[in-house]
Amino acid sequence: MTAAMTDLVPALPEVFLFVAGLVLLFLGVFRERDGLAIVNPLVVLTLLVAAVLTIGIDKGPVVAFDGHFVFDGFAAFLKVLIYVSAALGVMMAPAYLADERMGRFEFPVLALFATLGMGMMVSANSLLALYMGLELQSLSLYVMAAFQRDSTRASEAGLKYFVLGALASGMLLYGASLVYGFTGTLSFEVLARRFLVGEGAAGLPAGAVVGLVFVIAGMAFKLSAVPFHMWTPDVYEGAPTPVTAFFAAAPKVAAMGLVLRLLFQPFGDWAAQWQQVIVLVSVASMILGAFAAIGQTNIKRLMAYSAIGHVGYALVGVAAGGVAGVNAVLVYMAIYVVMTLGTFACILLMRRHGRYVEGIADLAGLSRSRPGMALALGILMFSLAGIPPAAGFFGKLYVFLAAVDAGLVWLALVGVLTSVVGAYYYLRIVKIMYFDEPAEAFDSMARPELHGIAVLAAVLVAGFLLLPGPLLSSAEAAARALLP
Amino acid sequence: MPVPLSHYLTLAAILFTIGVFGIFVNRKNVIVILMAIELLLLAVNINFVAFSAYLGDLAGQIFAIFVLTVAAAEAAIGLAIVLVYFRNRGSIEVEDINLMKG
Repeated sequence: MTAAMTDLVPALPEVFLFVAGLVLLFLGVFRERDGLAIVNPLVVLTLLVAAVLTIGIDKGPVVAFDGHFVFDGFAAFLKVLIYVSAALGVMMAPAYLADERMGRFEFPVLALFATLGMGMMVSANSLLALYMGLELQSLSLYVMAAFQRDSTRASEAGLKYFVLGALASGMLLYGASLVYGFTGTLSFEVLARRFLVGEGAAGLPAGAVVGLVFVIAGMAFKLSAVPFHMWTPDVYEGAPTPVTAFFAAAPKVAAMGLVLRLLFQPFGDWAAQWQQVIVLVSVASMILGAFAAIGQTNIKRLMAYSAIGHVGYALVGVAAGGVAGVNAVLVYMAIYVVMTLGTFACILLMRRHGRYVEGIADLAGLSRSRPGMALALGILMFSLAGIPPAAGFFGKLYVFLAAVDAGLVWLALVGVLTSVVGAYYYLRIVKIMYFDEPAEAFDSMARPELHGIAVLAAVLVAGFLLLPGPLLSSAEAAARALLP
Repeated sequence: MPVPLSHYLTLAAILFTIGVFGIFVNRKNVIVILMAIELLLLAVNINFVAFSAYLGDLAGQIFAIFVLTVAAAEAAIGLAIVLVYFRNRGSIEVEDINLMKG
């Protein structure tokens, strides 16, 4: 095999996604009338095939494309998570899109390209690959946010997301240029080797530290961590609900994967330089996520603040570091994705008199009109709040244990206290569903995919305690692949 | 006499700062924000090319070409979103972008 061919093997899932994306784009163009109905299931299938391919190939670690691309156990874990959650996100979309008269086939294709960018992000092994993956993801997401062309709110959401996203990309790039200039390399491997801690080792140049902080700021934006969270509530509220559901799951995993790889591989020996930044961002996110959500009346906006808070908890694990910390972050993100997708499947079922509603008050008395949906959403809310025995509790437990072991007891304490505050607004939803005067019942809709995802998420979250093994062991293997 | 590296870095830092201020302080027009974004990316390019020449390493210049390409795509998408927004709202004043608080 020639050198170019061996390079393609570790990137097989991404090559497959790219080719399939081009083919589906053409298919959609030629089937103008029923494009969405054909392309959407094919995109879901493509993403699932990519996940299977990811599992199938050798987890080396293999470095390809002159060191710009790496495939290892860590990338494999995150890619499977990203591709499956993106597939579920795309699966939820078509009915809503058709109802709101924006059933165009570009939507699943854009989601496919965004997911391809996420796959490139978690496999990035140089600053250049990192930037290209991130931009492929972001540019697709900007368009998806503004996909509802005739809605003022959606286009305003798209505009805000674009402006702040471009600013974040600019900061990340400026940081990348400083890191490059002061270290002389773009490659993560060379960075890790050149700046080992030890006898007579050259310290990290100050310019590179400044650059690293800029890069972290850019990444914090993509994660919607405080103080770069300003876009999150508006974009979550303004964008069409399936877009919000897509935004809330896979991109967060990809951004967190990128943060983990960047901080633990090239800058792994320099935890002292970045740990305080991560701690600060984490504490601010947890506090804002807990308090700002209290007064919300729109459930999508509430989920935005919930996402900010959950990113804060996951970052506690990043600050803790080590195999235990990385492991905890990976488990947390996996559980978070399941909870979020399930919740958004329930939100997509909130439709009254042919119009989608988003108010928390619209859920009043749901337990009487729709006992099954109320139970599923109730379980997911308990899990988001982190109440045992739901999965969300264990996600938080691992993160806080890692923090305590790393000597960050006060950080874990802040996490526990903000969880208590956060539990208020999650449990308020349960109270509204079970004890308030019933509002008018929602339209009954035949949406097997939404019901399926909601039930699956609720069962996974409630049954995590019975069978935690597969997730824990694969996350552990992924964490060990990142920190050999 | 060649221009020292620090001059390029100072210029890039000044342009970058102007770009950031252009986004946050500007209260007039969204098009100005798009221009500020371009300024950010071009400041970064000056950094990359200056470092590349100083280090005698081509990677920085290649990065700069990638940045140019992405900046073009970003401008296209940005203008498209501004256009969609203008059609719905009939204005691109920054102060009018306030349907949702945040």
